[in-house]
Amino acid sequence: MSEKLVVIGNGMAAGRVLDHLFDMDSSRYAVTLFGAEPRVNYNRIMLSPVLSGEKDFADIITHDEEWYEAHKIDLRRGRTIVSIDRAAKVVIDDSGAKTAYDKLLVATGSMPFIIPVPGKDLKGVVSYRDLDDVNAMLAAAEKGGSAVVIGGGLLGLEAAAGLSMRGMKVTVIHLTSTLMERQLDAAAGYLLQKAMEQRGIEVVTKANTKAIIGEEGSVSAVELEDGRILPADLVVMAVGIRPNATLAKEAGLSVNRGVVVDDFMRTDDADVFAIGECVEHRGQCYGLVAPLFEMAKVVAARLTDDATPTYEGSTLSTKLKVTGVDLFSAGDFAEGKDREEIVLRDAARGVYKRLILRDDRLIGAVMYGDTADSAWFFDLLKTGADISEMRDVLIFGQSFAGGAKADPMSAVAALPDGAEICGCNGVCKGTIVEAIATKQLTDVNGVRAHTKASASCGTCTGLVEQLLAFTLGDGFQKAEVEPICGCTDLGHADVRRLIIAKELKTVPAVMQELEWKTSCGCAKCRPALNYYLLCDWPEEYEDDGQSRYINERVHANIQRDGTYSVVPRMWGGITSAKELRAIADVTEKFNIPTVKVTGGQRIDLLGVKKEDLPAVWADLNQAGMVSGHAYAKGLRTVKTCVGTDWCRFGTQDSTGLGVKIERFMWGSWTPHKLKMAVSGCPRNCSESTCKDIGVICTDAGYDILFGGAAGLHLRETELLCKVTTEDACIEHIAALTQLYREQGFYLERIYKWARRVGVETIRAQVVDDTERREALFQRFVISQRTAQIDPWAERVGGKDSHEFTPIARLEIMEAAQ
Amino acid sequence: MNAPVAGFVDVGAVVDVPLRGSRVVSSPRGDIAIFKAADGVVFALRDACPHKQGPLSQGIVHGHSVTCPLHNWIISLETGEAQGADHGCTGVIRLRIENGRILLDVSALAVAA
Ligand code: SRM
Ligand SMILES: Cc1cc2nc3c(=O)[nH]c(=O)nc-3n(C[C@H](O)[C@H](O)[C@H](O)COP(=O)(O)OP(=O)(O)OC[C@H]3O[C@@H](n4cnc5c(N)ncnc54)[C@H](O)[C@@H]3O)c2cc1C
Ligand code: SF4
Ligand code: FES
Repeated sequence: MSEKLVVIGNGMAAGRVLDHLFDMDSSRYAVTLFGAEPRVNYNRIMLSPVLSGEKDFADIITHDEEWYEAHKIDLRRGRTIVSIDRAAKVVIDDSGAKTAYDKLLVATGSMPFIIPVPGKDLKGVVSYRDLDDVNAMLAAAEKGGSAVVIGGGLLGLEAAAGLSMRGMKVTVIHLTSTLMERQLDAAAGYLLQKAMEQRGIEVVTKANTKAIIGEEGSVSAVELEDGRILPADLVVMAVGIRPNATLAKEAGLSVNRGVVVDDFMRTDDADVFAIGECVEHRGQCYGLVAPLFEMAKVVAARLTDDATPTYEGSTLSTKLKVTGVDLFSAGDFAEGKDREEIVLRDAARGVYKRLILRDDRLIGAVMYGDTADSAWFFDLLKTGADISEMRDVLIFGQSFAGGAKADPMSAVAALPDGAEICGCNGVCKGTIVEAIATKQLTDVNGVRAHTKASASCGTCTGLVEQLLAFTLGDGFQKAEVEPICGCTDLGHADVRRLIIAKELKTVPAVMQELEWKTSCGCAKCRPALNYYLLCDWPEEYEDDGQSRYINERVHANIQRDGTYSVVPRMWGGITSAKELRAIADVTEKFNIPTVKVTGGQRIDLLGVKKEDLPAVWADLNQAGMVSGHAYAKGLRTVKTCVGTDWCRFGTQDSTGLGVKIERFMWGSWTPHKLKMAVSGCPRNCSESTCKDIGVICTDAGYDILFGGAAGLHLRETELLCKVTTEDACIEHIAALTQLYREQGFYLERIYKWARRVGVETIRAQVVDDTERREALFQRFVISQRTAQIDPWAERVGGKDSHEFTPIARLEIMEAAQ
Repeated sequence: MNAPVAGFVDVGAVVDVPLRGSRVVSSPRGDIAIFKAADGVVFALRDACPHKQGPLSQGIVHGHSVTCPLHNWIISLETGEAQGADHGCTGVIRLRIENGRILLDVSALAVAA
């Protein structure tokens, strides 16, 4: 008599176990197989090609009718098991029928996670797990229209690509800032996003779904937390999966996240095994097929009383199955002190590779654009091979590193003459080497002038330098450009130029396209990049708080003891009884230890506890005061004197003009801080002649001055021009500021910028060239549209509240009495 | 009896710490800074720079390091040690992540304090 084996779930794991089992012993068990799906077994991971139309369902069947017959399997398709009675050793299905077992295998897979938002049950909202889901999506795609895919992970992106190939207009919304963030780092995530966008798929990151909106029971749109409404005729939820372990749990088996199994895939009942996505092994649940293939061998062996093979966990690798997108990730790609990373970026080919090493062994790999070596790397990773011998050339892949020893420099030397060096201008190695020799070139600029190589996007500059070094030997002196920091060889000027030329609009985009050498930058380059992007794409770029110095992140100045100072704006140095009263009240209410008049004509409240900041601001806001940006690389103060209002010498309304300028320009971010002053006459009581920008009023009008300093260096201003009206004065000042914003290097004050580019060229652009001035002025106005939001009010309203409250307060540290 | 409170205490959810950012756990024995690096790895250090006690929680997080907001020392999140030419070390607090929650080893804290 054969023993009775009952299998719950006819999916990939079950199929693989049975294949192995029949190979080992075809007669031992009489198998009854329950599958909730009304069909034979198929290759679930190939559903995406079915969705996109690249394959038919028939192509992906793994076990056809004949197979079940040949193995005398009693296949109960469309039958769901509703309970297991372990005492009686029977399973009960949804028709109420009982089926007895000697051995039971639970292979119930996992369930798509449905986010509990209003509208989740509307018609047209589907998950992505089985053929029924694919059919529902295909039916929707027939009618065209728009689809919103919630979730930018593996499944979501495959669904998006498929639907897009079927002619729908697809938007993917994703919670975090980069796609597939669990498998990819930010750079690879950026490239992936670009590839999706090139397919016409819109990607909305940092988007949280608030509700799904319906009309007459069917879905019509998705509403995001930020209020945006995305029209949708179909919504695919692909936010994750969770092990389908309820049945096992109700049967009293031990279940955490999944059904707990040992290294033999046994549950805590010796006659019940579990496998696949429904299990938890050594604390780990899996969502890919590789582990279950390994598990299947162990289960089959165990069912035939062979106790030798054990399952010890799997190392995972991921590939995305979207035609034309090559992407691979495996292992552990976190950074760490004991780890080293090797990054290779080839912007022209859209290639990004990153290897993580520890103790001379490969422990993680991310590859985008060129995954030809993924198998080789994955093998090195799994076997833990010592790579010290080939470390320098490892990243170039098997053909390079696996072969004879070579160093990167000789790699350039070994390139054939026809090898393309500059992709933009199609210049090959031979042309450059020849130009160096015949034209006696000695630097990159010479090569640029004569061959155009490296003259466009500039990313081949490194290669051109290597060719110069290789051709000239010691005769080559590399041009001294001070790089922004250790993360790049590019200086500020190149980075600024390339951000515009290549329309780079996010930090990961800059780092990828400009071949950053680290994966996420450092405290020097990130604030600079954040500023450049903010300045260059004012209405598109979203500020990255984590790339800002603490003062700009929390909108107050950190003090030596970790408390903060608060400086409200006092427009042009003018205040009122109401403001002073509010300042006095807030000082008493929050026990603020010091109140000081600053050198910038306003009042500083020093020693405020961080947690108190929002409440202090709320009170100041109440009295009409906003942040004075005393912390900002942006507009600080516009000092004024009393002018024609009171002073017997005043020639113009210096106070009024100062207030106007401050009200117009506050909130603008600049490369470094920007301080101004307006004096009512040449006696210059507001010290206009040592400010970044100053105005001195005269009987004839206004002298506009710039480039002064009175800090680490003392410098007198230069005259920009003389104008006769307040409006002209403001237009010139704003245009000058905009030019500085667009050309200045991060942390370069106006006087240093003027010295670098020349006072004359600044005058030519701001004063002589009327058109240029107007354009600059317009760009300043545009960027102010989104800049003038009081950061204090925003935070009083709840923004970044995590900054101001501890995540927890511990009170239990003391030993018990 | 002097029995120090042993073991790990739940101080909050991993998702409540911003990526490339940090949160503070306040305690009578001094604040603790919880960091989350760009790759999602969570760390805990005493919130005091080895240089002049600057609050490291307020720094910029990059790689597995943080730059102190007061004088720009760079401190390793893994070892608490100052990097480069600077010398000094701040205490690392052991932690565990379970079901998306951060558990801090407070017994170690009590002893070390
Ligand atoms: C509060 C104040 C001193 C005071 O009590 O009066 C002050 C305080 C600080 N100044 Fe200043 N400066 C203050 C007016 C000035 C002035 C005078 C002025 O603005 O008319 C100057 C010279 C003018 C100039 O900027 O050229 C001045 C030149 C500096 C410098 C040198 C800048 C330079 O490029 O040479 C620094 C350092 C820096 O920015 O890197 C600095 C930096 C600082 C910092 C922010 C130090 C720091 O990095 O933490 C100080 C902390 C501010 C705080 O509130 O916690 N402070 N500082 C003044 C605030 C003015 C305001 O209302 O916003
Ligand atoms: C669209 C898509 C693409 C994927 N792409 C990849 C990929 O590229 N690479 C990769 O490694 N992995 C991929 N996966 C994941 C892979 O398909 C799963 O890891 C694998 O199918 C898990 O096998 P399983 O047998 O555990 O579960 P499943 O294959 O889901 O099988 C479980 C079966 O059990 C049935 N069942 C559940 N409960 C009961 C019950 N009570 N009674 C009866 N029957 C029940 C279910 O209906 C289901 O048919 C993809 C998954 C999807 C959905
Ligand atoms: S002069 Fe020096 S000490 Fe005084 S506030 Fe300015 S930076 Fe601080
Ligand atoms: S206190 Fe941290 S660098 Fe000085």
